[in-house]
Amino acid sequence: MDLVLSEEQEMLKKMAHDFLTDKFPKTVVKEIEESEPGYSPESWREMAELGWMGLVFPEKYAGADMSFLDLAVLLEEMGRACLPGPYFSTVILGGLTILDAGSEEQKQEYLPKIASGEAIFTLALTESSARYDAAAIETKAAADNNAFILNGTKLFVPDAHIADYMLVIARTDEKSKGEYGTTIFIVDAKSPGISYTVLKTIANDKLCEVVFDQVSVPKENILGQLNQGWNEVQKIIQRAAVAKCCEMVGCIQQALDMTVDYAKERKQYDRPIGSFQVIQHYCVDMATDVDGTRLSTYQAAWMLSEGLPCTKEVAIAKAWAGEACQRVMALAHQIHGAIGVTIDHDLQYYTRRAKAAEVTFGDANFYREVVAQEMGL
Amino acid sequence: MDFKFSEEQEKFRQGVRDFLEEELRQGLWEPSCDAWIMGHDPEFTKRVAEKGWIGLTWPKEHGGQGRSFVDRLILTEEMLRYGAPAACHWFADRQIGGAIVHYGTDEQKKELLPLILRGEAYVGLGMSEPDAGSDLASLKTRATEDGDYFIIDGQKTWTSGGSHMNWIYLVARTDPDAPKHRGISEFFFETSLPGVTVQHIVDITGGVHFNEVFFDSVRVPKKCLIGEKNRGFYQVLNQLDYERSGMERLMANYPLFEALIQYTKETKRNGKPLSDEPIIRSKLAQLKIELEIGRLHMYRVAAVMDEGRAPNWESSMSKAYGTAFEQRLASSAIEILGLYGQLSPGSKWVPMRGMAYHSYLSSKGYSLQAGSSEVLKNILALRKLELPTQ
Ligand SMILES: Cc1cc2nc3c(=O)[nH]c(=O)nc-3n(C[C@H](O)[C@H](O)[C@H](O)COP(=O)(O)OP(=O)(O)OC[C@H]3O[C@@H](n4cnc5c(N)ncnc54)[C@H](O)[C@@H]3O)c2cc1C
Ligand SMILES: Cc1cc2nc3c(=O)[nH]c(=O)nc-3n(C[C@H](O)[C@H](O)[C@H](O)COP(=O)(O)OP(=O)(O)OC[C@H]3O[C@@H](n4cnc5c(N)ncnc54)[C@H](O)[C@@H]3O)c2cc1C
Repeated sequence: MDLVLSEEQEMLKKMAHDFLTDKFPKTVVKEIEESEPGYSPESWREMAELGWMGLVFPEKYAGADMSFLDLAVLLEEMGRACLPGPYFSTVILGGLTILDAGSEEQKQEYLPKIASGEAIFTLALTESSARYDAAAIETKAAADNNAFILNGTKLFVPDAHIADYMLVIARTDEKSKGEYGTTIFIVDAKSPGISYTVLKTIANDKLCEVVFDQVSVPKENILGQLNQGWNEVQKIIQRAAVAKCCEMVGCIQQALDMTVDYAKERKQYDRPIGSFQVIQHYCVDMATDVDGTRLSTYQAAWMLSEGLPCTKEVAIAKAWAGEACQRVMALAHQIHGAIGVTIDHDLQYYTRRAKAAEVTFGDANFYREVVAQEMGL
Repeated sequence: MDFKFSEEQEKFRQGVRDFLEEELRQGLWEPSCDAWIMGHDPEFTKRVAEKGWIGLTWPKEHGGQGRSFVDRLILTEEMLRYGAPAACHWFADRQIGGAIVHYGTDEQKKELLPLILRGEAYVGLGMSEPDAGSDLASLKTRATEDGDYFIIDGQKTWTSGGSHMNWIYLVARTDPDAPKHRGISEFFFETSLPGVTVQHIVDITGGVHFNEVFFDSVRVPKKCLIGEKNRGFYQVLNQLDYERSGMERLMANYPLFEALIQYTKETKRNGKPLSDEPIIRSKLAQLKIELEIGRLHMYRVAAVMDEGRAPNWESSMSKAYGTAFEQRLASSAIEILGLYGQLSPGSKWVPMRGMAYHSYLSSKGYSLQAGSSEVLKNILALRKLELPTQ
């Protein structure tokens, strides 16, 4: 047992921290959030050059052959910096899924494009029920000679409006309702019949409604096996939940650091507010939540990285992170006083993202039930 | 980074489990909450000693096993999981042996460590006094030099296991004129010395767990002074990191959790097991999540110690977290049991041998003993977050 980062991971962390601090001051984050595409193509290219898109792909797909645990370190820094843009959609939802489930041809075709920063990917999973279960999948894909015809509406699809490709989960067996009968397709996002509406969200990220109207997808674009898509969807959700936790660790670590710094500086009654015991204990409660989130997140990331079964550990990490983030942000605000509830203060970026992260890829209620099942209840 | 236990550690854990399973099979004791501090069973302690499981982390030259703190945590985790009656040796093994290894003279090591290793030193911790709780340095018990002796006069209180102890680890004032932190020394001596009187205190559960201990001109030989005279307070601070760091701060009432899970599976309401009810599933899962988070905190402390660092804020964090969890567990258990939850041990109809009742009341003390949660948070604010004092 060894709970510290390796020297290489420390280096990656520092490099990521320096790059992101330099390129994404909050003024830039704000501009990007408000822009139509929601990302900076220039920084996107730079991140690709740093090897971030292909970090965990094998070298033969133009990757850097690093581990999911290494990626966790990078994601934490992205969360700390509030990095806007399609990294999560492209790499976690798109790239890792193709790496895991794709055929050799699919890997050769798509992974180098992701690694080079050429292609933006996303995942079209959730629908109007807003649930992560198989019964929620109503979008249909009907076989038609060598193609499938997609019809339906996906909701909360990140970055769909700028995506080059989408992984779409659709029902290929019309009579089915549950896990069997769902299939994942790699869909050219610019195909005729696809329309997008960008939704307005708390995190100012670009979640879209995507409507498929008679969209034709070639049969060879099935990812994995026909009707057996849900197995892979579960893995997607698992990886995404852990990746989201990593961002959340960065998010609340930064909120804690900002708050402690503020408590040391801000004076009232002729003394730093950080010298008042109640403020001290709030800060300690925050730190305890941050550390619990960090420990459980890295445990889950390590297990995923090692290829170990980790349904329980992932559920624990995400259930905990979701609620811990809310406690941390509530105290961060309380300690910051009125200045923290202004739009020009950095804290609000974290508040907004932490709330969105709580409900994305499973909230605490969702994962408590998973834990209950793992406990044999 | 690596969250894995080594193969050897997995084997060790299995070995501990096998041992405890066999003890249970033979019906030698029943699993219970707080058994690490209330379960006094000299025979059990002897068997543990024979296994070499006392002094696991001490250097080999002192009769220990030179093993890691993670190994010791594995051992204690299993002892707590099974609710094994380990109170006779717990304090000596956890902190007193280590303190003697650290601060003792060669003669003290030769004389005292084997006693602990054999499981024969049932130690009480004589720190708190009626007017010295959190503010330990304000203690008044006096140790006055008189030739080859110190004469001890005063009173300790809340001494856990005081009715079973044969040795006491005592902090007393050796220099009344020095600033209060700088005039305190540590002593370790047998409680059979004339002038030591133990008086039981009945605790909130109705049991006798802690005690008042009175010292009336007790003549303690000078060789019983541990470490440097007047530096005792600083030695204690170091020992407290060990006292606070253990799994007993998370799993003291673990047997209750296991029993509760079992109970909800076996108990039917309106024809369906309790464990089918969404609210109960959710409550139990949340407890499990909190337990696992606590476990990571605990193993982090051990990992830090294995790195050779003092866990001087990590142990405060894990203890404050862990004891709050134990209190929630006990409280939730009564809630889940509903009306049955109020039944006390021995009552007709009482479920789970009254563990919930006992644990609920007993857990109120968890966040006080070995440093109250508030004091621990003060430590964290200063040591970890470096917040200003004024
Ligand atoms: C939505 C909103 C509307 C407002 N409207 C008005 C208005 O109309 N008119 C107006 O005059 N003001 C208004 N205020 C300002 C409000 O009165 C202040 O926010 C409040 O007095 C706290 O001051 P502060 O924000 O400077 O925080 P600070 O005083 O700097 O406090 C920061 C943190 O330190 C804590 N703290 C400070 N002193 C102590 C202490 N002695 N012990 C323990 N903790 C302490 C605080 O509780 C807080 O958690 C408004 C504020 C908000 C958020
Ligand atoms: C079950 C149990 C077993 C024990 N076993 C032993 C034992 O074996 N040996 C032994 O020596 N002692 C033992 N103790 C005593 C224990 O160490 C004390 O209870 C503890 O140090 C707190 O002291 P106190 O009870 O006098 O409370 P006080 O110190 O009077 O504290 C009362 C309240 O004030 C708070 N407080 C005090 N100072 C501060 C501060 N600076 N900032 C903020 N809040 C503060 C505390 O957190 C607490 O909430 C035991 C206690 C219990 C409950």
